[in-house]
Amino acid sequence: MLGDELLAKIEQAGLVGRGGAAFPVHLKWKRIKDLPDPKKYVVCNASEGEIGVQKDLYILQNFPEKVIKGMLFAMDFLSTKEAYFYINKNYYQKLKEKIDPLLAACREKGYLINVFVEEPSYIGGETGALLNAIEGKKTQPRFEKPSPSIKGIFGCPVLLHNVETLYDVARVAMDEFEKTRFSTMLGVKNEGVYKVETDEKVAEALRKTNNYPDFEFFVQVGGGASGEVFTSEQAETVDINNCGSIEIYKIETTSLQFLNKIFNFYEKESCGICTPCRDGSWQLKELLKNLDENSEIPWSKISPIIEVMEKTSFCALGKSIAPPVRSYAKNVLGMEI
Amino acid sequence: MSEPEIVTIYIDGEAYRAEKGQNVLQVALANKLDIPHLCYHEDLPIEANCRLCLVEHEGKISTSCTLKASEGMKISTKSEELIKMRQENLKLLLASHQKNCPKCQQKLPCPAFGLMQKNGVTSEEYQRKMLDLAIHKMGNAAEFDPNLCVRCGRCVNSCAEIGINFLKIEGTGADAHLAFNKSPGVDCIYCGQCTVHCPVNAVREQSHLEQVESALADQDKVLVVQMAPSVRASVGEEFGQEPGLNMEKKMFTALRKLGFQKIFDVNMGADITTVVEAKELADRLRKKFAGDKSVKPMFTACCPGWVKFVEFYYPDFIPNLTSARSPHIHSGGAYKTWWAEKAGVDPGKIVMVSIMPCTSKKYEAEMEKFSFEFKGQKLKPVDYVLTTREIAALLKKNQIDLPNLEDSEADREGEYSGAAAIYGASGGVMESALRSAAHMLTGEELPKLELEEVRGMKGIKRATVKIGDKEVKVAVVATARNARTVLEEIKHGKETYDYIEFMACPGGCIGGGGQPLTGTRAIIKKRIAGLYSIDDKKKVRRAHENKIVQEFFTYLQDKPLLASKILYTSYSIKNKFE
Repeated sequence: MLGDELLAKIEQAGLVGRGGAAFPVHLKWKRIKDLPDPKKYVVCNASEGEIGVQKDLYILQNFPEKVIKGMLFAMDFLSTKEAYFYINKNYYQKLKEKIDPLLAACREKGYLINVFVEEPSYIGGETGALLNAIEGKKTQPRFEKPSPSIKGIFGCPVLLHNVETLYDVARVAMDEFEKTRFSTMLGVKNEGVYKVETDEKVAEALRKTNNYPDFEFFVQVGGGASGEVFTSEQAETVDINNCGSIEIYKIETTSLQFLNKIFNFYEKESCGICTPCRDGSWQLKELLKNLDENSEIPWSKISPIIEVMEKTSFCALGKSIAPPVRSYAKNVLGMEI
Repeated sequence: MSEPEIVTIYIDGEAYRAEKGQNVLQVALANKLDIPHLCYHEDLPIEANCRLCLVEHEGKISTSCTLKASEGMKISTKSEELIKMRQENLKLLLASHQKNCPKCQQKLPCPAFGLMQKNGVTSEEYQRKMLDLAIHKMGNAAEFDPNLCVRCGRCVNSCAEIGINFLKIEGTGADAHLAFNKSPGVDCIYCGQCTVHCPVNAVREQSHLEQVESALADQDKVLVVQMAPSVRASVGEEFGQEPGLNMEKKMFTALRKLGFQKIFDVNMGADITTVVEAKELADRLRKKFAGDKSVKPMFTACCPGWVKFVEFYYPDFIPNLTSARSPHIHSGGAYKTWWAEKAGVDPGKIVMVSIMPCTSKKYEAEMEKFSFEFKGQKLKPVDYVLTTREIAALLKKNQIDLPNLEDSEADREGEYSGAAAIYGASGGVMESALRSAAHMLTGEELPKLELEEVRGMKGIKRATVKIGDKEVKVAVVATARNARTVLEEIKHGKETYDYIEFMACPGGCIGGGGQPLTGTRAIIKKRIAGLYSIDDKKKVRRAHENKIVQEFFTYLQDKPLLASKILYTSYSIKNKFE
């Protein structure tokens, strides 16, 4: 297939990145294609570090050849023979036997796809940190512009895509595309990864998969750490759109339980570079340390830390603590923080 | 090089000219606008981790150190939100600082405390996560406290810049902490560049203040002080004076006020070193000129950081090091023998305090190999070493307002030549030794005293100097990184030299690890200019013409054993942490 033809199909299908940012795929492709650099790389991000999200694992278990085909289409489009398959160690152990022979076959055809196995971490999936890791540097975010599309690894442009995006590319290229995506459902009767329609509402997706709770609940949409929180009523109108997970919490879940989960995650996953995320996340955890279910949540102390993390963190990891906490306070507790 | 493109940016409504690509923080600082910052240092790579230098651009909060100036850009620095965010990050960053900081505990000036005061926060808002990590001592020179460290990375980057890579940050999240390289092939050389780049007193000199204070209070002791060449050109910065301003006459007054009984000068020691070293150089050159192929290029050895570097990283070059001791060890030995005898003072009662721009001098002063027997007593040439920062702190503690003191002179035995004054600048030791060696070899003086080729901040300077009808090939090297380059050249036979001056720190001692925290390469240049102007104004500009030094050598003439003990040294292979 000619590059332009594929690009047109991708644009027509309205493909957006499935890593979270939902950037239109065709724009990213075109931008990198137009660069004069003689060497370019394609990188597949299979880091998947959000709590509970397992849709990339599911895709790689069930459709590994599609993901790799997606990579090959991208490589052909950029006329490059070099790519990295960046995968978290736990996943690689599970998938090695499936992926290795597929990549070996690619190599025989001249497509050099290197496997880069990362120590599983949330920061490891962050663009700059991921590229640094491949370059042999510390897995820490970058502040430098230009974007990875211009200088990604070893000074060359990188076309970086999430597993699911590459899977979608293959579906488009092979004329099998439908407007669906994968979502991990947690806290439901049958936990697992489900195919959902992208224009569905959250509650509808739960019903269709026979997962709508028979108890009162609130729901976190988009990831077990950074996803926003909604009530069951709001779930009727919230788009499933770009979310990787739907997690149900029983209405009895206490603020302490919910916040502990969030704060502990950020404290554990902070890479330690910048002040607000490194020290803020630890202070948040400390604020809850000696509380019990009867204690009052110290919102007035939590709020300034959340704000400074949101507004001044180095990378998206630290900033992403605000949406779950703010939306939980607002939607479930009815308070602005 | 092409001219940089100039753009206009607007900070809080005022127009400022900036070079395109310069960051907004640099533009602000260049125009004396105050944006709080901590991890930024103009000589080091941008880290952008402290998140204090926040400004607003296009409705978004951004760190000004990463924001590149572009034409017409509008920046605001003063909104309430920005102030709140900076304060919050500062509270998080400096949590528990005051109670963990030895300077704050003793009410000595601490840069972190200054930052807190300026921004209206305390370190009590949050308690920091205390890690089970001890203070790490770098020899007898410096130390770091991981529990005071704010992980800004300035020490790590300055250590890398010097070419050592001893320091690093390990761990993630709140466990991220300052640590050292465990590799057996990497060791600290005690240069102290980490201490001069630490904004929070986590990496610092090993303090001798308490010992000096108690010695000053001891009626039974004779307190003698000597100040290194570089200190007089930098200590003023601690009191808001211009870098490079010569403060020596006020310092002499200040030291008397502190209670020192005798005010001598390391510069006198530098003249001794020059004479001893120039003699050795002249001997080596004579042999070489006579056709002896076995003569090795001679290396200076007055910088203990450089000496440790050779002894640890390049022990094959130990024979190249001059056998001359360093200036304050020379003068310390001279004062405890020659002067003590002359003045009728019990040398055992002398407490010799050196004020140095350096942390490795603390390590050097403690070295057993310099101790010597004299009149039945075992003596150390120097008892304590205070850095420029420490002496400034001591003066402030005693409410001695340096800039407003009367001038006074050092005691007679502290007299020095212009050659000594320039010891503080990279190239100065070389220039001084060549002035004297030329005289020793030819009986004549060099036609031009100033060797412009070996002056300045360049890391490696090479020159060919004519002494009589012979050419002497010299090099002047600053920092371990550059030392490695030159040593590798010699090792692989790419270059040959007769004499090389090596210093661990950029610009030489004047950019030393014990200097005021205000130091930058630009400021070091100003200090260097200060040193050369002292030389220019001196009547006596050659070490061997210093009458005091001549008197000392006359004293030693019939004491060859004592001379061998207090003038020369030897070296040995060093292991990690030695």
